[in-house]
Amino acid sequence: MAKVLMKGCEAIAEAAVRAGCRFFAGYPITPQNEIPEYFSKRMPEVGGAFVQGESEVASVNMVYGAAAGGTRAMTSSSSPGISLKSEGISYAAAARIPMVYVNVCRGGPGVGVIQPAQTDYLQATKASGNGGFRMRVFAPATVQEAVNMTYKAFDYADMDRNPVLILSDGVVGTMMEPVELPPMKSDDEIERIKESKKKISCIGHPLGERVWIKPGVWDTIMWENINKDAEKLYESWADQAEWESFMTDDAEVIVTGYGIAGRIARSAVEIARGQGLKVGLIRPKTVYPFPYKAYEMIDYSKVKAILDVEMSIPALFLEDVKAAVKERCPISTYLRSGGNLVSREEMVSRIKKLASR
Amino acid sequence: MENNLCIAGFGGQGVMTFGKLLATAVCDNTDYNVTFFPSYGAEQRGGTANCYLIISDREIGTPMSDILDDLVVLNQPSYDKFVSKLKMGGRLFVNSSIVKPTSDRSDIQIISVPATDIVVGMGNIKVLNIFMLGVYIGYTEIVPSESIWKSIMEKMAGKPSLVELNKNAFEQGIELGRSQK
Repeated sequence: MAKVLMKGCEAIAEAAVRAGCRFFAGYPITPQNEIPEYFSKRMPEVGGAFVQGESEVASVNMVYGAAAGGTRAMTSSSSPGISLKSEGISYAAAARIPMVYVNVCRGGPGVGVIQPAQTDYLQATKASGNGGFRMRVFAPATVQEAVNMTYKAFDYADMDRNPVLILSDGVVGTMMEPVELPPMKSDDEIERIKESKKKISCIGHPLGERVWIKPGVWDTIMWENINKDAEKLYESWADQAEWESFMTDDAEVIVTGYGIAGRIARSAVEIARGQGLKVGLIRPKTVYPFPYKAYEMIDYSKVKAILDVEMSIPALFLEDVKAAVKERCPISTYLRSGGNLVSREEMVSRIKKLASR
Repeated sequence: MENNLCIAGFGGQGVMTFGKLLATAVCDNTDYNVTFFPSYGAEQRGGTANCYLIISDREIGTPMSDILDDLVVLNQPSYDKFVSKLKMGGRLFVNSSIVKPTSDRSDIQIISVPATDIVVGMGNIKVLNIFMLGVYIGYTEIVPSESIWKSIMEKMAGKPSLVELNKNAFEQGIELGRSQK
């Protein structure tokens, strides 16, 4: 299929439509406005519904409702907007509702800056709301990855009956790149998907066979069992982490980063290799579950240092890298924040310094 | 091959359209990879707008490079902001009608074109970007001019009355670009 030039946000929305998403509710915030804008035009074309809610809280709860009714549904926002949506996300995790949401991250904390950043890492991977739930979190580095991950996210959400997060950033969201779009699911397929969720959705049941969607109960033992069920689900993902390892076999320095920082790091690794430096890359594609295995496959007897690169000050992704590396080699950091991109040239010069240790 | 281009000017001068047309032409007509990354700060009319365009035969790493191969500046603030980012031997395309090159850089190629004056002479200042795109393509030949024209035509599909004006601007730009080689 021919590639088309698309903006990250628009490509994410189109991928969702093709995956069978037929309900979107959101509230405007930069740098993700092109997602709701695209849906507002596209949803009527496919018989879906687009709602600009009166707030983030309202729109996430509309998605909760639509997904509870068996429809593939999605919302999106950017950092402070995601914080507002966290109530609905936690409720969806509690009620085991399959929904997809996208965070096109800007620089935080607070209202911060609207330019690209990766300052929501801990929120995304550890606590996207109250109550100690977990979600699969995908971190695209290219517009193509954003498309593929969004398309797949709806399957995971249905399979797990759990929210799935696409953790993007202002670069992937606003840049344009050639992409190959996935196939459009037919109305029949979409109907079948909905039908398959009948036992867990409120889509019309005879009296006596009602389905309850519950984000909480009064019975302590019943709720503990619900927590245990969720725990089993989260643990089942452990070996499903995804990552990219690039030229790590003989590496003396390994650069690690996710999303746009990981992508820029790969090109720094290529330049440094061109200069004869033994350097490799580990780029997690899922940041939850975290690909600990990628760091287990490193030959630490050869590695002088790991360079953590991220667009966050203080470093956040570093916490998972430390947990994976377990003090088997020193970890150095190269950090930018405030909406500033990490520089490929600066990475190369830091790789050189680490390699000459 | 990796070419890092930045296009910069006032909001309203058509900087983003310049970049998108070029990126579309590369996507539709070549095997190169391409990224188009727009600035999206809290800009207002009269403020600056810029975009980065990377064309490469390999996977593209950074969509916004610190070091530029090519720079197109349509106004003075953009010149002042970006000229130091051009690499040694880099190519600067400058709208000399309203930009005074104040830098002492003698290590770059300067393609100086009184673009605003020329397009005002054509009767419509709005084709400034299409004219400068022509200059850029005429000089660099980074993609065939026919493929760019195809992208412009697709963009103009709903406005047939403006095709002639744009064609004229684009072709004059190409010619001027070629003549500066």
